[in-house]
Amino acid sequence: MAMTETFYDVMRRQGITRRSLLKFCSLTATALGLGPSYVPQIAHAMETKPRTPVLWLHGLECTCCSESFIRSAHPLAKDVVLSMISLDYDDTLMASAGHQAEAILDEVMTKYKGNYILAVEGNPPLNQDGMSCIIGGKPFVDQLRKVAKDAKAIISWGSCASFGCVQAARPNPTRATPVHEVITDKPIIRVPGCPPIAEVMTGVITYMLTFDRIPPLDRMGRPLMFYSQRIHDKCYRRPHFDAGQFVEAFDDESARKGYCLYKVGCKGPTTYNACSTVRWNEGTSFPIQSGHGCIGCSEEGFWDKGSWYARLTDIHQFGIEANADKIGGVAAAAVGGAVAVHAAVSALKRAQQKGE
Amino acid sequence: MTSISEEELAELRERGKRLSAVYVYEAPLRAWHWLNALAIVCLCLTGYFIGQPLPTMPGEASANFLMGYIRFVHFTAALLFVVGFIGRMYWALVGNHHASQLFILPFWKGVWWVEVWEEIRWYLFLKREPRKYVGHNPLAQLAMFFFIVLGSLFMIFTGLALYSEGLMQGSWADKIAGWVLPMLGGSADVHAYHRLGMWIFVVFIIIHVYVAIREDIMSRQSIVSTMISGVRTFKDDRAE
Ligand code: SF4
Ligand code: SF4
Repeated sequence: MAMTETFYDVMRRQGITRRSLLKFCSLTATALGLGPSYVPQIAHAMETKPRTPVLWLHGLECTCCSESFIRSAHPLAKDVVLSMISLDYDDTLMASAGHQAEAILDEVMTKYKGNYILAVEGNPPLNQDGMSCIIGGKPFVDQLRKVAKDAKAIISWGSCASFGCVQAARPNPTRATPVHEVITDKPIIRVPGCPPIAEVMTGVITYMLTFDRIPPLDRMGRPLMFYSQRIHDKCYRRPHFDAGQFVEAFDDESARKGYCLYKVGCKGPTTYNACSTVRWNEGTSFPIQSGHGCIGCSEEGFWDKGSWYARLTDIHQFGIEANADKIGGVAAAAVGGAVAVHAAVSALKRAQQKGE
Repeated sequence: MTSISEEELAELRERGKRLSAVYVYEAPLRAWHWLNALAIVCLCLTGYFIGQPLPTMPGEASANFLMGYIRFVHFTAALLFVVGFIGRMYWALVGNHHASQLFILPFWKGVWWVEVWEEIRWYLFLKREPRKYVGHNPLAQLAMFFFIVLGSLFMIFTGLALYSEGLMQGSWADKIAGWVLPMLGGSADVHAYHRLGMWIFVVFIIIHVYVAIREDIMSRQSIVSTMISGVRTFKDDRAE
């Protein structure tokens, strides 16, 4: 019976050697920060656990998450576990298309009812009856609801699914809505970033497949192993921040010396992600290393928080685009002026009363 | 709170109107006032420079720690501010009748609102002479409640939330205030609101210092010296 087919069975069927499996297990243990003692445990799990299929849906998105994902530095994790074994449906990556593809979706949903993982890239737009994103002739939100119904857990890939991202930026004409606001009755793992780092994506999904449970999450539903600290907490330019050495303009001497990018708007201090440790493109670099501040792509509403080159966030509640220092400065000046006038009038009144 | 009956309170008020000196602010309360003031000034100054840092320091990073020191002063003053606020709440419970005035507005008392209105008129130059008050005047009490009680709570919770970001999830600061981060829309927004809070305190300082000095000169009771000696003196012995 297909249900009892283990990861190992599928691997063998796909012509993967036992040696490759063990290699994969060691890699997984390392990627998740687990000791060597976990390798046999993972191997055992792969040999005995029935395989968990992953259905990957695409909503309103730019597909940057998929682009990131297929560039993972751990080809074993990406190719072996996902492309060949567990990723049963992904309309962008799969060979089949049209009715054939949709048939696979239905098949997995019935066969693995309550046992598959739903990964969502992008998000559903709710305005105009969801017409802004049509999958197979129907609004994406319908597909999302249908597939989510019997899913074991949901992974929200990227800032789109997690927070809304660019399509949900002001004024959000299509009412693009993050997944957790549409599906409220399932555990949701949020993996924000625009896109998320490839190794973070494979790390999260591998953890879920091998351990058959949801990784420890923070308050916002993000996996703690990758999102527990800010870029700033592990940034290699941090000593310059603490020393008070800042880039003031992108072409100044400080920029050449590689000082901290705080004053040119680096959002590292307010951004939870693993860029400063895992880095990008097989650990080659990350924005700050190449001299540009973090733009906070894994934070909620990062498109609407003002310039990427200014330190202070815009506060929209005040109608005009203003930051705390502009609002506060004006208020303090106004009150100071009022106090001066009031003091002058008081002095006059007092003089007048004394004269009486 | 030392409980006090309505009659006693009325008696006290009457006495305050007749007497020329009443002991209102006990020593712990005065100590808190000045420590708190010092902490707030430190917090505003260092806070300002955390958001808008000073020009770049020359030399090697290993030879400088300016931002580090500024942040250290900010966090130290902040924790003193928190401890002071907790101490102040405790004093509201065990101190004299005036000690709890800051925290509890006589919201349902008509007379009090009439007095608030009278104070407003006094500040708008529509009233020739203010009333006498042993404790805070009603308008001051209202302002203190919003700026100092609610304002401090806002700054303490947003501040601890930001502090918890460095200590990470599960830390004591995170347990107390970590929930503020998602509630107010994430780290960047909490930073912005916390900074806005700083400006509210700057506005408060301007008004508070001005009004205290003005009242000292123009009202019928002592103000500035009262926060030093604890004794409220009156300039005349007319009842109203
Ligand atoms: S460059 Fe950005 S993340 Fe790095 S220390 Fe400076 S402010 Fe922090
Ligand atoms: S450094 Fe910041 S903006 Fe860049 S990818 Fe990482 S989180 Fe996103």
